[in-house]
Amino acid sequence: MKRLRAWMSRLAGLLPNEQRELDLEDEIESHLQMHVDDNIRSGMTPELARRDALLKLGGVDSTKEAYREGSTIPILEHLLQDGRYAIRQLRQHMGFTCTTILTLALGTGASVAIFAFVDAALLKPLPYQSSSRLVGVFETIALFPQSALSHPDYLDWKRLNNVFSSMDVFAHTGFRLSTAAGAQPAHGVRVSDGFFRTLGVTPVLGRDFHAGEDLPAATRIVMLSYAAWQMRYGGRKDILGQTVILSGEPTVVIGVLPREFHFAPAEPAEFWTTLHASGECDLRRSCHTLFGVGRLKDGVSFQAALADVKSIAQRLEAQYPDSNRGQGAALLPLSEVIVGAIRPTLLVLLGGAGLLLLIAGVNVVGLLLVRSEGRKREMAVRSALGASSMRLISQFVTEGVVLSFAGNALGLASAHWAMQLLTKLIPADMIASMPFLQGLFLNARVLSFAGVTALLAAVLFSVTPTLRLSPPEVRAGLAAGSRGSAGTAWRRLGSKLVVLELAMAVVLLVCAGLLGKSLYRLLQVDIGLQAENLITVEVAAPESDYGKSAQAIALVREIVRRVEGLPGVKSVGIVVNGLPVSGNSNTTWFRVLGRPWHGEHIETPERDVSPGYFATLGARLLRGRCFTEAEDGSKPRVAIINQALARQYFPGEDPIGKQLSYLSDPPVPVEIVGIVEDIREGPLDAAIPPVLYIPFYQNTASYLGLAVRTSQAAPWLPAALADTIRQINADIVMSAGETMNDRINRSQSAYLHRSSAWLVGAFAALALLLGVIGLYGVTAYSVSQRTREIGVRMALGAQRSSVYELILKEAGLLTAVGIGIGLVCSVAAATLMGGLLFGVRSLDAPTLAAVAAVLGIAALLASYIPARRAVSINPVDALRTE
Amino acid sequence: MGDKADVWQGTLALMVLKTIEALGPLHGYGIARRIEHTSGNLLSLNYGTLYPALLRLEQEGCIASAWGLSENNRKAKFYRLTRAGRRQLEKETRDWEQTTAILGRFLSPSADPA
Repeated sequence: MKRLRAWMSRLAGLLPNEQRELDLEDEIESHLQMHVDDNIRSGMTPELARRDALLKLGGVDSTKEAYREGSTIPILEHLLQDGRYAIRQLRQHMGFTCTTILTLALGTGASVAIFAFVDAALLKPLPYQSSSRLVGVFETIALFPQSALSHPDYLDWKRLNNVFSSMDVFAHTGFRLSTAAGAQPAHGVRVSDGFFRTLGVTPVLGRDFHAGEDLPAATRIVMLSYAAWQMRYGGRKDILGQTVILSGEPTVVIGVLPREFHFAPAEPAEFWTTLHASGECDLRRSCHTLFGVGRLKDGVSFQAALADVKSIAQRLEAQYPDSNRGQGAALLPLSEVIVGAIRPTLLVLLGGAGLLLLIAGVNVVGLLLVRSEGRKREMAVRSALGASSMRLISQFVTEGVVLSFAGNALGLASAHWAMQLLTKLIPADMIASMPFLQGLFLNARVLSFAGVTALLAAVLFSVTPTLRLSPPEVRAGLAAGSRGSAGTAWRRLGSKLVVLELAMAVVLLVCAGLLGKSLYRLLQVDIGLQAENLITVEVAAPESDYGKSAQAIALVREIVRRVEGLPGVKSVGIVVNGLPVSGNSNTTWFRVLGRPWHGEHIETPERDVSPGYFATLGARLLRGRCFTEAEDGSKPRVAIINQALARQYFPGEDPIGKQLSYLSDPPVPVEIVGIVEDIREGPLDAAIPPVLYIPFYQNTASYLGLAVRTSQAAPWLPAALADTIRQINADIVMSAGETMNDRINRSQSAYLHRSSAWLVGAFAALALLLGVIGLYGVTAYSVSQRTREIGVRMALGAQRSSVYELILKEAGLLTAVGIGIGLVCSVAAATLMGGLLFGVRSLDAPTLAAVAAVLGIAALLASYIPARRAVSINPVDALRTE
Repeated sequence: MGDKADVWQGTLALMVLKTIEALGPLHGYGIARRIEHTSGNLLSLNYGTLYPALLRLEQEGCIASAWGLSENNRKAKFYRLTRAGRRQLEKETRDWEQTTAILGRFLSPSADPA
């Protein structure tokens, strides 16, 4: 109670109080007077009496100081004082303050923004129950390390395994959703009944699928994604129990998934229906369309689970050699399935941002050092006037904290802005397949990351200048009057920092150069067709109207006829199983007739194309002929192969006229009639596998890819296409349509390469700027310190050229060392990110040389400015500054 | 000065309180002189250290101050004991008596009951 009262009174003492000061003054004066009176009375002279009184008191000022300390809380009092002083100081040196805060904001802004992405993708737990126990379950073949399961295989794996507490599957699908405004395309997923229970996800509205509801006989039911519920049905609760028509099937809505639920491997998906395995493909053991998700039983390790599924795959292989030969098993942690593709890119970006933060930090440290150098005299004076070294240090700490706080606050604001910008820059379909990046915000983890950087920066900024506060240094500051030997000491430390900065800038520049070159190489890849003036669109026609061959052929002929009649359209090609630059999936097995065959599976992507397809793409037919209009199911089977297939299966032979067969019994011969130059059906950065092209008329389907060649750019064409095709049948749905170039640019490989190249490029540009500013600072400081020396030299007849040499040599040496160290480090860094490079090796001499040249020239410019100032020094003025 | 003892920590406040209790309201200089005198000039008191001690006691509410006139008609700040100060003085006196009694038993050679 007593103590509390004392503290309260001291807290009040923090407020400035003139009355208290006057009282103290009076009290001490009266004390001295009374003492002097007594002394005189006891026979001292007045002078002696006063001296004795003062001596006995122990000094007026120290008494007052002790009293003042008692009347407030000294630490708080000093802190307030230091804070006020720091802000005044920083305000007086606006140039320094702004540079420091901006530099710091740049570094923290970039790294916090990138960290937010890393957090969303790699750190934030997936929205499933104990997601670390979930694994992706795949079959595996030579062509695809993670391939889909067939439905019979899935049932066997589910029944035979001893390692999963549950195992379920999903398959991508597209629906034609019947709405009041006509049919619309909608993304969907078919899942087995326990899919959401395996993930540990419960619907936010309605119920989950019950066991058995995925069987062919069960009523068709569907769960909506939260987004679909909001966008399509306005979030109405009475949607439950209502019937929607999906691809002609009446389907009852039974539930809505939670808002935070996402499942990247199946996204974008609006309608989650049950499997209903009743189609031809579902019943065939060799038709692989299902991806598995398993939850490991407690105590079962990943390795044990893998061994178990492998043994199952082996058993099935022995049991069903016709369909399962060569079908292995693979597991991947589900997190790997979801974020595996972007992890390396994100880590490289995080590394780049971290390096930028480091450079920014070093730059600020350099600035602080220069400033503390300039304040040596101030410190010496304060110290001589009785400021304890603790007080001096606390002054620097306060300034460091204020700078770090301001810089980080600004950095956080810009990070928030950068995050919004970066997410907006990601194309819509890309972000749809990376749902974990949606709703990015400054959450607790990101904020604590920012907090840690702020703390580190504050420590760094307060420790750095205080290092130069050792008592001898401070005394030297007073004696030498802020000039002389101390300056060279700083120059040495400052140059080390600049070398470090330049080296880091080189690393970033080299990485950016390599990534940029990869992107360039990627976009220069020969895709085997002419991408200009080519528009692609995907079309899905109702199976009920176009399921039969004759119907599909009639539809395709009608589409081709009508679209080719549109103004500006030169030709139309049709493809089933995938337009170029989508994927290497949709495969078939074949064998070469007339060669020994022992049941092995040669698996290759298959595309079913219209006669005009290759001509429309601008693909080059190397040998033989294209398919003809007349070649339908009634004619002998024919095929066109790509170069890769010719090379791999007909080395040193002429494939034309050779016969292939699917693995049917008895074999139906398919004659090879042409060889087409490799078209990139899959990702830009993957090798082109052998591909088999079959006439659409001999193998029809109701879902088509359209490629339309126009005589010039035709941005209006997609809308016209939609009108034209809907005139044929209003139930046909189609994608928005995009140019082939957009398709290439927006493909995942191009996108990942582009984003990493641009971001690292931006980091590198900033690093270059900061490094060069750092070099400029050191050189300019060096010149300012050597004004007198240069003046003397010039007075003694030194030529301008020799002064230039003096300054440029110093800067040149720093630059050379920085570049040298940087090049060595960048080779190591480039090796680390080798996986992200395409068509360029980690040790790329032209890139290294270019970076060295760019940095060298920039450094030369940065040091030329102070050198010019040195040369223009007037010897008389220089000597007078003494 | 060699033989004089320094005022050890914590005791100055007690001496101040006791002095004020004995003499009634008194100014800082008077308190200092009185403490020196009472100690038989054996204590070396730096007068300046008295003021922070007075401040502390005032902050704790043990004493209160007011300006007045000294016996020589000089303006001086007089300190008087508050009720809380009186209680504090009684408590500290008891504590000290106890402490010195215990120490006395240790230090006097005849006080070994065993």
